[in-house]
Amino acid sequence: MSLLRRLNLPKTWQGWLTVALFGFMYGPIVVLGIYSFNDSRRYTSVWQGFSLRWYESLFQDARIFRALQDTLFVAIMAVAISSVLGTLMAIGLSKYYFPGKGVYRGVSYLPLIVPDISIAVATLVFLASMAIPLSIWTIVAAHMVFCLAYIAVVVSSRLGSLDPNLEEAALDLGATPTQALIKVLLPQLMPAIVAGCLLAFVLSIDDLLISSFTAGGGANPLPLEIFSRIRNGVKPDMNALSVLLILASGMIAALAEYLRYKSSTLER
Amino acid sequence: MSASLSKNPFQGLGATIRHRLNQLLGPIALLGPAGIWLLLFLVLPTLLILDISLVPGFRPEDVGGSFGLGNYFQVFNPFDPSFDPVYLQVIWRSIYYATVSTVACLVLGFPVAYWLAIMAPRRWRNFLVVAFILPLWTSSLLRSYAWISILRPTGLLNTFITWLSGFIPGVDLPTQSWLYSSAAVFVGLTYNFLPYMVLILYASLEKLDISLLEAAADLGANPREVFWKVTVPQTLPGIAAGCLLVFITSMGDFVVPTLLGGASSMTISRLIYNQFLGITRNWGLGSALSMVLILAVSLAIALLLKYGDRDSVQET
Repeated sequence: MSLLRRLNLPKTWQGWLTVALFGFMYGPIVVLGIYSFNDSRRYTSVWQGFSLRWYESLFQDARIFRALQDTLFVAIMAVAISSVLGTLMAIGLSKYYFPGKGVYRGVSYLPLIVPDISIAVATLVFLASMAIPLSIWTIVAAHMVFCLAYIAVVVSSRLGSLDPNLEEAALDLGATPTQALIKVLLPQLMPAIVAGCLLAFVLSIDDLLISSFTAGGGANPLPLEIFSRIRNGVKPDMNALSVLLILASGMIAALAEYLRYKSSTLER
Repeated sequence: MSASLSKNPFQGLGATIRHRLNQLLGPIALLGPAGIWLLLFLVLPTLLILDISLVPGFRPEDVGGSFGLGNYFQVFNPFDPSFDPVYLQVIWRSIYYATVSTVACLVLGFPVAYWLAIMAPRRWRNFLVVAFILPLWTSSLLRSYAWISILRPTGLLNTFITWLSGFIPGVDLPTQSWLYSSAAVFVGLTYNFLPYMVLILYASLEKLDISLLEAAADLGANPREVFWKVTVPQTLPGIAAGCLLVFITSMGDFVVPTLLGGASSMTISRLIYNQFLGITRNWGLGSALSMVLILAVSLAIALLLKYGDRDSVQET
């Protein structure tokens, strides 16, 4: 409330509309949050008192925990490998000029724009035609494509605002290119790398389509489990799960945005 | 590096080769691994889709098949007068949904981006922008689920309307299902992609030269003229970028039309999904539809690169 007062919001209709749309963006999430505490046997929008029963039933759900394990495994693996490859790619793209660089850069950014369904379908066809059995590792491999792209974009934008003289100075003072990379460039890039990783992590734990097409029977990440449950009808324990997941990914994303903001304003 | 090379005229052939090799080694070490990955899991698969789309009625258990345009003719056949445009209707519906939600995002998003970029207190600006786009980073599956609980027949919206109509004598509104309708899809798509639009417009409006607005006002333009003749032309690339990005993402979206739209609101992404994971398992047709989608998106990307504000897209 004090924030609202300090903003002096209600002066213009644009201000009012902004307030209304903040309500539009957060309203459904808040509604979900409130009803996750609703004490009712079946799912109803009538308030029947405060209860933690849906959170309790959620925490006793072994399927959910197995699904969560799969999701975290995929996200951590995909992000860990992509953080190395994506950072190298961003540095390589900023450093070298070679024929076909535009195409390389274009292809690497494609996963951010091309619809998930196209990537998912293509990956499935590729895996099937190579006779690679679907497993949790095929999900990791597919997730790496968009994780790479995301981390590379965030690191690239940081690279653009760096002082190139520092690395050259290190080289002049006798550092080998590898030493200059590890001791001078990487520390400067670290906030951006971490931010990129966090955002890629959030994208990975939220992904439904690409996992659906590359999972097979080998793994069952959380979004797949949630999707099949939602399709079979609404249950209040999904409310509790949604609230927890939205809060978790929102917090990770907020941290990432903070790091990104910090690293872009630090030394310009 | 080349400077140090020319300083030493006695450099041997071996050293030159080693130097050349080093020059090559850098790019290969940095760009090779990711490049191989993208080649294997993005470029090659897309080419395979193109290949399969040219095999009429290809199924996963098929070993091979004769090439032909049969899959594409199933989607669109200008030569056949008795052609059933059922898949064309799906494509048009996808375009329609994407167009309406893009317009809604622009109309709602512009004033918000304008307020955030120009009128909001400077101290809070970054915080407010991040707060507005934060929902984008949470699962669209779960946010669509939140809308289900609002829009379904016994959901919050109907409960609220029934409660409200209790105060008006003589009016008894029947409960109706808002879910599984086009309106629900519009709401869901707009809700999901509004932050994109605001973010891109914000990046574009932030660069706006305020002194130009003041100059126009000083020279006698009224606020409406200032807006249409100064603000809009300057932010047109940002508007184009925002619209195209929202259009592309809502055109290819799967979750919203599946969860909020009913059986009658089949879109291209749902159709592709069904061809691959549903009972029909017609991978050939699915691949052809996927190629159509990729083509449409590529066209939009080409327009984006030509007319859009690339910097503001980069910042997102």
